[in-house]
Amino acid sequence: MTAASVAVFASRVRADEKRIMAALDRRGVRHEHIDTRTYWSFVGEHPPPWRVVLNREIAHTRALYAAKMIEALGGTVVNSAAATETCGDKWRTSLALRAAGLPTPRTALGLTPQAALAALDAIGYPAVVKPLVGSWGRLVTRVPDRHMATTVMEYLDALPAPQSRIVYVQELIIKPGRDIRVIVVGGDAVGATYRHGDHWRTNVARGAQTEPCPLTDELAKLAVRAAEAVGAEIAGVDVVENADGELFVLEVNHGVEFSGFQRAVGRTVDVAGRIADHVAGRGPA
Amino acid sequence: MASCPECEGTVVLTERPQVSEIVECSECATELEVVAAEPLTLALAPEVEEDWGE
Repeated sequence: MTAASVAVFASRVRADEKRIMAALDRRGVRHEHIDTRTYWSFVGEHPPPWRVVLNREIAHTRALYAAKMIEALGGTVVNSAAATETCGDKWRTSLALRAAGLPTPRTALGLTPQAALAALDAIGYPAVVKPLVGSWGRLVTRVPDRHMATTVMEYLDALPAPQSRIVYVQELIIKPGRDIRVIVVGGDAVGATYRHGDHWRTNVARGAQTEPCPLTDELAKLAVRAAEAVGAEIAGVDVVENADGELFVLEVNHGVEFSGFQRAVGRTVDVAGRIADHVAGRGPA
Repeated sequence: MASCPECEGTVVLTERPQVSEIVECSECATELEVVAAEPLTLALAPEVEEDWGE
């Protein structure tokens, strides 16, 4: 049995995790880091020894099962298993955003690459093909026309994993060379940044630069509603503007990375501190 | 201070190391994982997997 009240689950302790644990230290919150690669529990065991688990596992599959395990034991985990599952699957995210009535690009799911090609024809070109699971913009493909779409579908058809051949396709929102990241903690939008770069995929993991973005009421409400829609207490909400300035929610990240965000916003927002405050105040439901 | 398992260069950490922390070798830029803090022991960091991300 441990004396810690908060467990930080992570197989990889990055600058973000160090900032969160330092913020917990400053608040006098007893916490411990659990390397998820070493964690196991019996089925039907007693509740975990921590009041709350902050799930910062970088591998989605492991993060999802970690959350499910903690909940199965009767414990509390942030984000919940349901939120982690929804955010980790782009189609489930789209369904949740749509059900909440939030603006999101026109999206379809094809059960084979051939079906996805027909869906792309219906959406129109240019369009985007994304893997159902994945992050950092990895394998997200801009498809300018049907010729390219046909080739991309041939490649997808050749992939061995069955899930790779369930194809998520989406209308391309022509954005002004940037997108917007809003971080939501405990139902509050704590800040926003623009992400821009030379590549059309403006993920920080792909080298995009960040700068502060005014957090308007419209943007804050949209991000908070998006986080609520997927059930995430801590979320990185990706928003894109079209040429008319209309906002669309692209996705919601359950394991938000915030080093680039923090660099951009400086001392105006303490993301790790906000996360620490939320976790410290969080107990069993 | 520890030896880089890739290039055998000397890796010096300015802050107290934490197990599972990712550091970079200043000589070869390889990502390394702290597998023990005392004594400081480093291993090659795991390769990025398909489901890694936010």
